[in-house]
Amino acid sequence: MVQLSKTLTDLSSANKKALVAYIVAGDPTPETTVPLMHTLVEAGVDVIELGMPFSDPEAEGPVIQLAHERALAHNVSLRHCLEMATEFRKSNSSTPIVLMGYLNPIEFIGYQQFAKQAEAAGISGTIIVNLPPEESGEMDSVLEAHNIEPVYLLAPTTTDERAEIVCRASRGFVYYVSLKGTTGASTLDIDDVSEKMARFRKISSLPIMVGFGVKDGASAKAVAGVADGAVVGSAIVKLMEEHRDNPELLQQSVKQFVGELRAAID
Amino acid sequence: MSNKTVSELGVNESLFAYPDERGHFGVFGGKFVSETLMAALQELEAEYYRLRKDDAFQEELQCDLSEYVGRSSPLYFAERLTKEAGGARIYLKREDLNHTGAHKINNCIGQALLAKYMGKPRIIAETGAGQHGVASATVAARFGLECQVYMGSEDIKRQSLNVYRMKLLGAEVVPVTSGSRTLKDALNEAMRDWVTNVDDTHYIIGTVAGPHPYPMLVRDFQSVIGEETKQQFDAQHGGLPDAIVACVGGGSNAMGIFYPFLEDRSVRLVGVEAAGHGLETGRHAAPLSEGTVGVLHGNRTYLMSDDAGQIIETHSVSAGLDYPGVGPEHSFLKDVDRAEYVAIDDNEALEAFRLLNRVEGILPALESSHAIAYGVKLAGQMSVDQSIVINLSGRGDKDIPTVARIDGISIE
Repeated sequence: MVQLSKTLTDLSSANKKALVAYIVAGDPTPETTVPLMHTLVEAGVDVIELGMPFSDPEAEGPVIQLAHERALAHNVSLRHCLEMATEFRKSNSSTPIVLMGYLNPIEFIGYQQFAKQAEAAGISGTIIVNLPPEESGEMDSVLEAHNIEPVYLLAPTTTDERAEIVCRASRGFVYYVSLKGTTGASTLDIDDVSEKMARFRKISSLPIMVGFGVKDGASAKAVAGVADGAVVGSAIVKLMEEHRDNPELLQQSVKQFVGELRAAID
Repeated sequence: MSNKTVSELGVNESLFAYPDERGHFGVFGGKFVSETLMAALQELEAEYYRLRKDDAFQEELQCDLSEYVGRSSPLYFAERLTKEAGGARIYLKREDLNHTGAHKINNCIGQALLAKYMGKPRIIAETGAGQHGVASATVAARFGLECQVYMGSEDIKRQSLNVYRMKLLGAEVVPVTSGSRTLKDALNEAMRDWVTNVDDTHYIIGTVAGPHPYPMLVRDFQSVIGEETKQQFDAQHGGLPDAIVACVGGGSNAMGIFYPFLEDRSVRLVGVEAAGHGLETGRHAAPLSEGTVGVLHGNRTYLMSDDAGQIIETHSVSAGLDYPGVGPEHSFLKDVDRAEYVAIDDNEALEAFRLLNRVEGILPALESSHAIAYGVKLAGQMSVDQSIVINLSGRGDKDIPTVARIDGISIE
């Protein structure tokens, strides 16, 4: 079994919920990222979503847009993301890294090259925000040949018909984006999430992670109560912005914050 | 990822068969958007396919095009410009005479009607120079719709006249401070708004780009330009023109005049991009001439990227051509060799701007001046018994401050 699926199956057998954390590679500086990935794991994160900076992050809210801009100010691109993953893998061979970003940098080097390099760097999965399953046929087969698992998104507006397409294309887990707007947009409606989970579980047996709107222990706990895991993004990225001039305090505050989330969902 | 050439398309395959049911023009186009937008696009697609055949909708559209926009626009034989070029007869399709002064209104009227028929009381739009924003604000006023226009904060500084016009029309101009603070970022922000407010909001994209069905529906609404041209040319001159020339930023005026001629293979279709400071400088807005294939704003097309796949800043004296992508159908027409794409730099466009003022008494937009510049070159290489049509997509009042500044003249 491939790394991402294995990690999530192990968690499920142990009756544990997954904690997934999103950071943008190179935010606030390129030197911060690899130590931060280790900090996330030490504090209890099961899966790391490594954001690939892009000039036009169409689906992101202001907090994550600024993170992309901070990383781009250091010229961090796909190549650096893979270098960071390689570095991380020197001392951690088990935590899945899901590369999350937009399609253009990948189109630019070509799917084959991308998959080959990503596999060599120890990337476990991908979330390509603007590549829906309707357009992903070629990408999926290339990724599969390189043991990388594509994760696709579900939204509140996704119909049952499309949910089937999304779940069929997804490997490892499916990612339910619990808000209609962009990342970090507003608060979580847990009853709505719960109702959607019931619907999606009839369609697929894959683990479902819920993201967008998880910002503290309480919301993480609420989400983990109805889903297989919680994804936290904007709340961590906000800490990057706040402590961008103090790397030590940044690591400490992330460690503490993630530790609280871990405790809340266990 | 290469396309078939026209001859390889096979005898039964018409260029009118595109896009396919997935919104693809060969490898180009498509729906490269986040899941949150999918439902909205599917709804729009279904509604558009229905309304395209709806008599009441079409009747209302035709009525507004004639009585509000002032169509048809004239096809004008430019006798003195022809003499100046010294070759083929030059005709100008006068989209500059439309209400609001450009072709943009054709699409805005169509999409505002779509919003009305879909029961959406609010429209949003992105704008660069402000022309599409003004056209959107205009139709919002005409149909009594709420309107917000996203505009890069850099562009707001450069285009204060159009910002004020939009406010007079009752629209709210929302400054966009992300990324390069220009048109592409305004488009990103408008998409984010649409994702959040899709229940009551229709997003009017201003060009033949964006995810399917936008490239198709904007093309359809702009095709009135080519349909009129075909009839008018036949009536005035007889037969078909030998070439059609139009400027290409996103490419809506070019797609609109090209489309009805796609299967008239004797007619050369020439798109003119902005070479800015010169193609060799890298500071231009000519993705079809110098770009690479990639994905931005929901479709696969030719783009201006750096070697890491990041979208780069574009340069043109004409704000309306200052866009790093291009409509996917143009990318397709280039790859199947049905249309040719060339580039005209800032200086050549400015020269054409002055020339048309001087010899025809017509003030063209700087965008359209790119088409004029190439059209005059092309006509000069053709014989006197041939004819070309240049799409004069907009008028140049908005550009007077820019040109005056270049001339070192300060006007209030």
